Amino acid sequence: MNRTLKWLCMAIAALIFVAMVGLAFQIINDSSKAFSKLGFGLLTRSTWDPQREQFGALSLIYGTLVTSVVSVFFATLLGVAIGLFLSMLAPRRVARVIGPLVEMLAAVPSVVVGLIGIIVIAPFLAKTIEPALHDVFGFIPLFGPPQSSGNSIFTASVVLTFMVLPEIAALTRDVFATVPRSLTDGAAALGATTWETIRGVVLPTTSSGVVSACMLAFGRAMGEAIAVTQVVGGQTALYTNLFKPGDTLASRIAEEFASPVNMLHTSVLYYVAALLMVFGVVSSLAARAIAHGTRIRN
Amino acid sequence: MMSIQAQQPVRGRAEIVPDPGYSLTPTGNLRRRLIVSRFVESGALIAALIAVGVLGLMVFFVAERGVSVLSWSFFTSRLPVSGGDGSVGGMGPAFVGTAEIIAIAIIVALPVGVLLAIYLHEFAGPRASSIVRAVVDVMNGMPTIVIGIFIFSLFVYGHSFSAWSGSLALAIVVVPIITRYSMEAISHVPGSLRGASEALGVARWRAILTITLPSAWGGILTGTIIATARAAGETAPLLFTSSSYPVTLQLNPLHGISSVPLQIYTLVESGYPDAIHLAWGAAFVLLVVILIANVGARMLLRHFEKKRGISA
Repeated sequence: MNRTLKWLCMAIAALIFVAMVGLAFQIINDSSKAFSKLGFGLLTRSTWDPQREQFGALSLIYGTLVTSVVSVFFATLLGVAIGLFLSMLAPRRVARVIGPLVEMLAAVPSVVVGLIGIIVIAPFLAKTIEPALHDVFGFIPLFGPPQSSGNSIFTASVVLTFMVLPEIAALTRDVFATVPRSLTDGAAALGATTWETIRGVVLPTTSSGVVSACMLAFGRAMGEAIAVTQVVGGQTALYTNLFKPGDTLASRIAEEFASPVNMLHTSVLYYVAALLMVFGVVSSLAARAIAHGTRIRN
Repeated sequence: MMSIQAQQPVRGRAEIVPDPGYSLTPTGNLRRRLIVSRFVESGALIAALIAVGVLGLMVFFVAERGVSVLSWSFFTSRLPVSGGDGSVGGMGPAFVGTAEIIAIAIIVALPVGVLLAIYLHEFAGPRASSIVRAVVDVMNGMPTIVIGIFIFSLFVYGHSFSAWSGSLALAIVVVPIITRYSMEAISHVPGSLRGASEALGVARWRAILTITLPSAWGGILTGTIIATARAAGETAPLLFTSSSYPVTLQLNPLHGISSVPLQIYTLVESGYPDAIHLAWGAAFVLLVVILIANVGARMLLRHFEKKRGISA
């Protein structure tokens, strides 16, 4: 019986290994047609016309990177602050209420976030925030004139910010909690203020954990399909203006995979999925490698 | 002590006389440093309030638009005809369908997740353990839409849309969650329990099944509830697997079964005001169920931790 249980456990471990390798194999296999036809040209062109078999994913990669970078940047600022608040600043009782509430933000289904995004957030941003940013920072090409619908790269970034924020907050909180009490007490005994303790002791000892949390959030932001597809606008043109519609890799699959125009179109979408898969695997493993040696709960 | 105190006046030290005019309010550089620190501390508080505020606003928006939609027929009548304007119909079959799809997903994912945790905790050597952990991490970070089209390519393409393939995709999404919670729970089982059983000569498999797992079941249950809530809200894994379904109640998992998140997505994409109206109602029910499940899971975990004597 000992052996049976051990073999059963090993079989399950082997099963998930095979499942992940099989996933990679299947996606790459299904994208081989597109790859042999387009090669890496898919990554450098931006025309997307399935009818005429013209495929370029440059604008999708651009949209994916911009939305992920912007959202992870703001989510990191907010998330690290929340992590510090929960682990160091807030009284225990307050932290025990606010911590779970922040984590619960992650539990809101992406389709519901998208619904709120398209009906409430997009028009709000288009009418108030975007014109304000345009007035102040209009000389930077990123903040061009807003569109009336509000479906834009910017809206997608805002929505993604709040989707990845809880993950960063929860992970960094746990990382900050591992800082030895003797270090922070030592800093306090030397007369450091709370902020000086954070900047001089807490952040330097946990930097790998914080970066790792950001990598995980980055992977999640790149892979989010549903909420993004609802608010991003679904355009393939390349704009520097964040307030114009765009699209991301994941969102394009969600939009077009169900009704492909031709065989090549399907294969190209698998190719896009393969890119997404590579990004996902790289960010997971990078987060893992960076956190190595740091206690991080994931 | 006495001698030191006695020596002090001999050394001729001046006695310290408190200065009534001296203020304890920091000035100069210290004052600046404290102001900076307070500023950062309030910034952290504001960040936390923003996050909680956003959650509150989301719940408010959904409740404001969703509550008025709820009625008896919303829960019982069949789905609106696809391609229609959504003015006639409810969400009945989708609620039943989601329950069934999640149930199958959890039936698959729970043993896999728990056995993985047992493997990692009991059997795996350091090398195997780090590989399996890395695979679980990769699984956790895999975009759900990629998992969806993988299952489509493997089981749906050339066959037909089916609920079980959607459940399988959801199972892949939630296995890492169950594994993580199970591992945490198993690692908290006191070593003395295992030591006692070993001293009594209990076989390893019996110790795992009758001592480790029962002691860890609170954490495993919590993980299962969290995984269920996650699966209930996922749209992308179902988008290409269980996306063709009848508007009436259908329970055969070999064919497509309707689900709440996918139905919300379809209704919103159609763009008709009545359809979006219906979507708000469904979103409200879904959100309430998911949030209650999360609160419940947390309370449960706290209850079990208290029982064990660990205060989190």
